[in-house]
Amino acid sequence: MSIDMEQFKVTFVEESLEGLDIMESVLLDMHPGAADAEAIDNIFRAAHSIKGGAATFGLGDIANFTHVVETLLDEVRNGDRDITQDAIVLFLSSVDCIREMLSADQNGEAVDHAHIEQIKAGLDKMLGSKQESEPDSSVSDTAASTVTKENGWKIIFKPFPGMLRTGNDVVRMFRELAGLGDFSAVVDVENLPPLVDMDPEEAYLNWHITLNGEIEKSQISEIFEWVEDDCELEILPLVDSNTEIVAANSNEMDEITEEGTPVDLQVASPPLERRAEEDRRQESDRRQPARKASSPESSSIRVGIDKVDDLINMVGELVITQSMLSQLGEDFDMGRVERLNDGLSELERNTRELQESVMRIRMLPISFAFNRFPRMVHDLSAKLDKKIELTMSGEQTELDKTVMEKIGDPLVHLVRNSIDHGIETPEARKAAGKPETGVVNLNAYHQGGNIIIEINDDGAGLNYEKILAKAIERGLVGENEDLPEEKVYELLFEPGFSTADVVSDVSGRGVGMDVVKRNIMALGGRVDVKSVPGEGSTFTIRLPLTLAILDGQLVRVGDNTYIIPLVSIVESLLVDQKNVNEIAGKAEVYQLRSDYLPIIRLYEVFGVEPDRRSLDDGLLVVVEGDSKKGGLLVDELLGQQQVVIKSLETNFRRVEGLSGATILGDGTVALIVDVAGVVRLSREDERCSNNQIVAA
Amino acid sequence: MDAAQNIAHEIQHDLESDGEQFLTFILAGEEYGVDILRVQEIKGWDSVTPIPNTPEYIRGVINLRGTIVPIIDLRRRFQLEAVEYGPMTVVIVLRVENPDGGKSRVMGLVVDAVSDVYNVPEGAIKAAPDFGSVVDVNFVQGLATLEDVMVIMLDIDRLLNADELSAVEHII
Repeated sequence: MSIDMEQFKVTFVEESLEGLDIMESVLLDMHPGAADAEAIDNIFRAAHSIKGGAATFGLGDIANFTHVVETLLDEVRNGDRDITQDAIVLFLSSVDCIREMLSADQNGEAVDHAHIEQIKAGLDKMLGSKQESEPDSSVSDTAASTVTKENGWKIIFKPFPGMLRTGNDVVRMFRELAGLGDFSAVVDVENLPPLVDMDPEEAYLNWHITLNGEIEKSQISEIFEWVEDDCELEILPLVDSNTEIVAANSNEMDEITEEGTPVDLQVASPPLERRAEEDRRQESDRRQPARKASSPESSSIRVGIDKVDDLINMVGELVITQSMLSQLGEDFDMGRVERLNDGLSELERNTRELQESVMRIRMLPISFAFNRFPRMVHDLSAKLDKKIELTMSGEQTELDKTVMEKIGDPLVHLVRNSIDHGIETPEARKAAGKPETGVVNLNAYHQGGNIIIEINDDGAGLNYEKILAKAIERGLVGENEDLPEEKVYELLFEPGFSTADVVSDVSGRGVGMDVVKRNIMALGGRVDVKSVPGEGSTFTIRLPLTLAILDGQLVRVGDNTYIIPLVSIVESLLVDQKNVNEIAGKAEVYQLRSDYLPIIRLYEVFGVEPDRRSLDDGLLVVVEGDSKKGGLLVDELLGQQQVVIKSLETNFRRVEGLSGATILGDGTVALIVDVAGVVRLSREDERCSNNQIVAA
Repeated sequence: MDAAQNIAHEIQHDLESDGEQFLTFILAGEEYGVDILRVQEIKGWDSVTPIPNTPEYIRGVINLRGTIVPIIDLRRRFQLEAVEYGPMTVVIVLRVENPDGGKSRVMGLVVDAVSDVYNVPEGAIKAAPDFGSVVDVNFVQGLATLEDVMVIMLDIDRLLNADELSAVEHII
């Protein structure tokens, strides 16, 4: 086959990962002893398609491994085996194992063979004696693999009637067989019904195929890979190339294998060679994805058909409005101005709806990020000997894909923390008069233009004294400083801060919480902590819904238009000269109620020519970035609008004080102010000028 | 040999001996050349949005069909005397490859005027002499004399990656 399989591989990997997720969640819901037939079927289907896909893409390791899993699942499905706790654990670790192999193949990393073998051994052990006749045992016989190659094969191929319906083409398979060696087939028309009774979609013919040439068995079985469940297939070595066609009589077959011990050994030789070949293939595969890994932006997205339908509807409406407007334009007079206005407002509505639905394509339900937690809680509670129940709500809350990808790790960290530090041991809970099982609750909902994710536990809560003591010990807080509760909890996000008495492999190293905060800030969000001693704590993450569009306030400074993100604006006000104070004749502060704000002259930071330099009656936009406030002096407030963020880095580089650019309605470019950056810049400016004064 | 064959032969000859095509432009009376395959489009000078805290030769950014493209004034980049932009002033939009294998970028160069397109045979480009520290010849690919005019062939990848434009990226 000359089709480039690489192009389908990405889809295969994605689908397999999805399949693994399904397997995992079904397994977690499963209880020992009570095997739900549908659940088993689900897992079986997922495993089966992974196996098929892996074999197609030449990922023999994965295919072989999954095959064993599948065999075991099949026994469960047929009721030959009960599902035990051990089996569930084993299946779960196999899921991990397959996932590991997949990602190793994708990233071009080496696979931990020992680990895989260990799990495989476990699976084989569970499968028991039934496994013995599998080709696995023959691998051990490779010592005699030096025997000369087979010079031919006899294949007895009896398709089941329905085989053709699955899209398999016998002619194509035969053509491929013929490509391997000297091919001859004898057709058996015994089952062919009279023409009147014949269903043209059924397979009635059987074949006895002789294939001469130096061919490995694996090559033949690869061709039949897709039909092996839909036919009766026997692949037998030709003892002697001159042997007559042997009838597919089971007795005779036994004879052949008995007589021809060397034949058996010859069968054994191919796996070894195949392995070597696979290793080579994997090596080259490995090199390829490694290069691909550097361009992660080519990832794909799965979109629900309803969203696409919505889009098509809206485009339809847009086309209608457009044709209406162009008709109106053909012979226009002032009498029709009202209709024009109607048309334009229609167009505006269409555009807005279209924009919203296009943005919805990037939106995924947060369950994608939540799904990993049941497993994690399951594993961790076993490890820490705690009883924990995980509840989730608002899983269908939608979130931009990019935000989703970046929020995963911080969430994992927070949930781990809740389990490790928050929830107490069953004994401690009992002593405190609480139910033995602790509850960790994940909740997500929309609020304004934000998505709120809450991680809540009913554990011991944060220890105010302990955190404060630790902070004083580390010199973050002065001895007698009186800090409000929230400020103390914020200390948790300081780098290297941990109150865990014992460092466990779950948490307590103090790396992480600062990273959590940094990651969330990088997404333009923030994280808050609330805690009640003895009743538990809640971490609230607030994130913008999307990174691509932002609500902006347009401001003018001289000839330039800048956009300040609406989320960072606290208020705007006219400067009242009597509230302006100068500190040391240099730094200006503005007294706003009980707060003092540094005045940041935007024209100074950006080095542009303003309309006015005097503060009197100037416009001050009070902004907050990185939890630092400031007042930006601008010439004029223009209006508010949603802007699409364009990166400056695509063709240029990052510029301090700017978070990007956008294109305004008239086609010109306006720059988006990075509030935190500007606040930082203004300080540096002051420091610089101060230094200059000192130097002078 | 009949005429048709003659022409075919000539075309063949042209194709073989052509080497590369260069677009040349005028800057302060000198003619400079860039690889024509890098040129995306040539457009008239239009107003730009200045970017704060960047060197003077970065005039700002423009909207090129939805992407933000930085515009560089080559006169100022070469520390030549700045002139008023006139009707002949053009912006050559170029694709700049990143030598480190990163993504290519699109940038615009403001020049005095566009001159011509030359076929430069292989070997016609001579290495630029070393001017010591007077002129940085790093971004000069070589010199070529085409129709009695000396053309300075620019290595735009070096020119537009060398300095400010990417320096900050490395620090971050």
